[in-house]
Amino acid sequence: MTLSRRKFLEMSGVLVVAFGSGSSLTSLAVGQGAFDTHASHIDPDKLDSWIAIGSDGKITAYTGKCDFGQGMYTAQVQLIAEELCASLEQVDLIQCDTAITPDQGTTSGSQSTPTNFNMESLALAAATARETLITMASKHVGEPVDAFTMNEGIITSRSGRKIKFAELIGGRRFDVAVSPAAKRRSPKEWRILGKPIPSLDRSALMTGRFPFVQNVRVGGMLHGRVVRPPEINAVLSDVDQGSVRQSPGYVKTVINKNFVGVVAEKQWQAIEAARLLKVTWKSGLELPSGDRFYEWLRSQSSETEVVLDSNDIDRHLSGSVQNLNATYVYPYQMHASLGTSCAVADVKKDRATIWSATQSVYPTRSCLSKILSLPLESVRVIYTRGSGCYGLNGADAVSFDAALMSQAVGRPVRVQLSRQDEMAWENYGAACVIDQQAAIKNGDITAWSCEAWQASRGGRPGYDHPGNVITGMLLGYVANEVKPNPIPKRVKEFRNGDNSVPSYFAGFVNGKCEGAGSLASERVVVHRVRSPFFTGPLRSPIRLQNTFAHESFMDEIATSLKVDPVALRLRYLRDPHMIEVLKLATERAAWKTRSSARRDAMNGEAAAYGRGVACVAYEGDNGFAALVAEVRVFRTEGRVVPMRFTIAIDSGPVSNPDGLRNQTEGGILQGLSRALCERVTWDGRKITSTDWESYQSLYLDMETPEINVVIVNRADGPATGAGETAITLVAAAVGNAIYDATGIRLREVPFTPDRIKAAVKKSTAENQLV
Amino acid sequence: MKTISIKVNGQTHQLDVDPKTPLLFVLSDELGLRGPKFGCGLAQCGSCTVIYRGRALRSCVFPVEAVGEGEITTLEGLGTPEKPHSLQQAFIEEGAAQCGFCLSGVILTAKAALDEKPQASEAEIREALGGVLCRCFAHTRMLRAILKYAGQRKS
Repeated sequence: MTLSRRKFLEMSGVLVVAFGSGSSLTSLAVGQGAFDTHASHIDPDKLDSWIAIGSDGKITAYTGKCDFGQGMYTAQVQLIAEELCASLEQVDLIQCDTAITPDQGTTSGSQSTPTNFNMESLALAAATARETLITMASKHVGEPVDAFTMNEGIITSRSGRKIKFAELIGGRRFDVAVSPAAKRRSPKEWRILGKPIPSLDRSALMTGRFPFVQNVRVGGMLHGRVVRPPEINAVLSDVDQGSVRQSPGYVKTVINKNFVGVVAEKQWQAIEAARLLKVTWKSGLELPSGDRFYEWLRSQSSETEVVLDSNDIDRHLSGSVQNLNATYVYPYQMHASLGTSCAVADVKKDRATIWSATQSVYPTRSCLSKILSLPLESVRVIYTRGSGCYGLNGADAVSFDAALMSQAVGRPVRVQLSRQDEMAWENYGAACVIDQQAAIKNGDITAWSCEAWQASRGGRPGYDHPGNVITGMLLGYVANEVKPNPIPKRVKEFRNGDNSVPSYFAGFVNGKCEGAGSLASERVVVHRVRSPFFTGPLRSPIRLQNTFAHESFMDEIATSLKVDPVALRLRYLRDPHMIEVLKLATERAAWKTRSSARRDAMNGEAAAYGRGVACVAYEGDNGFAALVAEVRVFRTEGRVVPMRFTIAIDSGPVSNPDGLRNQTEGGILQGLSRALCERVTWDGRKITSTDWESYQSLYLDMETPEINVVIVNRADGPATGAGETAITLVAAAVGNAIYDATGIRLREVPFTPDRIKAAVKKSTAENQLV
Repeated sequence: MKTISIKVNGQTHQLDVDPKTPLLFVLSDELGLRGPKFGCGLAQCGSCTVIYRGRALRSCVFPVEAVGEGEITTLEGLGTPEKPHSLQQAFIEEGAAQCGFCLSGVILTAKAALDEKPQASEAEIREALGGVLCRCFAHTRMLRAILKYAGQRKS
């Protein structure tokens, strides 16, 4: 079957753009495409791949970056309306559909804004469209191109001629390449982009009309339920299908290697049948002890990389007057989406359609094509928004589940995971151990060394690795595994994508200093260790963990040097963006300079006040932020009450200030939940944090802090990501504030009441000894 | 299977269902409603909340046979995009959501609490929301929207 883009457009009920033979999907060779993707049938170099104008003058834009509830839909509509001088109402945006949108890989890693709002892809296409329309208008009326203005989809010439978009191009294709020379409208001219436009999904969301993937209903649809192994390393031994044959609405038990699922007419019937199905599993290896996990982690053989090494660290550490050492640990944490993952699949003999909340429609299509043994061009994945994902939640795995079961029964199947299956089998944010060591001489830091151990297994399935998530593994696909190397790999160029390098390092590699700081004696070594559980990107992956360690340690150094923590940071920062956000946040928070902890608690007050700071150059250059956290600590209860958070953020020219504020406020509170209570737990065989009692998240009755967001809005720089900067800083800033309040240094996340009480007790005992 | 009659958002429906089916699945699968959502199936998060006999009810653990004569209101029954309820309007104005999956829990729990006690203090409103989760953490905006609505009601 050949599925043309035109056909899909007709089926989708959106405007039809005439496409030539180039849209044929039959002769697809797998090659390298843009954005680290495989080449697809939609050529990103062609304007028609991004923008179409209908005979009614409506603009339809096609994007490979989608909205998970963070405002990316609205911001992209603003972008198109801005560049084409149209109104918001004139623009339709189609997000992530393998039949009709360009392959932009995965919507992740704070990359949507850098990719689609600078001088490439969607933004460049929109600018090209505007210039092309002006050129066409110029030919149409015989006036020079500089004689035209554009407004609300109408082009007006100097002589007053008015031409509608539809007259020039309506229903026809542009047939031009996206022009690298096309000029973006300058932020100074912006009328729609850069404005706090209310997100376009609001009314539908607040009144319960918004169609989530959980709401997709297809004619003849059945419901599937997976039966996951009861233990992490268990394998399937036997399934007694007779145990459910009489179950109401029962359709079929689907078994494939270690995958087991049940399909029934109705959702409740599928749940009941899955509960009744007698399945025998064989236990596998025991899990490493949760109590001693961090020691286990650092004792394993690892894949080791030397990220940075000035080769003088050991000399400094041995010759210095004073060495400081500290170890920070960070637990596995979950995406734990509020709605469990869901997908609907309609798999026919020769083709398949999957409605999925995946962040990666094209890669997911490739994996589905493998799993279903269907040609790539016969599989269509349509992004349909799910519950907020914050990274790789269960969306990919459940898409595989639904497709498998639909293929087995020959009818459309909807699968939504149980809370327990979601939490027991997702790809967790990695547990980490980070050792810090600094040499201090004459009141200065003379050298700093970091060594980190990160748990890793699986991850995003990408185009070729369905085994990186649970369903693929159950089907026998192999997960990406850490490959221990006896000789550490040395990086050839400076890159700080995971923020493993503190902002204070010069970052000297290959004759260039590309770090944000000035500290020249530097070493960063990273060990990746095979994790017993699946891991994957969780909002600020590894960056949050590293930043917690770096920014806490910087405070420990400041304490040791008896220097104000902000002053010490400024002493070693070089990057002007970093210096600016740090100054802005501390000014706005009325930061009071002091060289040691305030230690209210020492004065006998029940609630001790403290303030802490942290800053980050996200991924080195993808957004800058500094946060001042003010908290009160109730020592006897071990309770931390956030009072006021002041953050300064520089993400270049801002597309939608209200969206940025919403992201930043949410990031701070999510960061607080991760800093104060979230952690994955397990026993010898299985995950034990599988509901909202065993995996804690801050509820709506939490005492929320006042949040002040200071936006730099740098019009002349590149647009950067902003969805992950705020969350990156919270654990460190709060840990530093707790220290300021109490003199207690917490080096393990989360800062639970039990841990705080234990630390208070220990510190009191020590003080009494003195 | 049994024929059960339930009244939802002002309309009565006769349905052939397993009487033990949780109300949530009847609302979402039989009636095609999008407001109440499956979050946990354990009454721990609030995504499935509906208003029943004036109180917020977790429909994921409430069997449809127990509904009886009581009327159910879902998030879509509260107001429409054209004519939202004033609490929904406050959420729209404050932009009090990100993904929006939690909204049945947040809006309907607050609505029921304020219906019961229109003079509720901020602390009492917070307490009423004690069992409601939002994983995008739009908490500050949500509370602002609820307080705005509570203030409008009082005046």
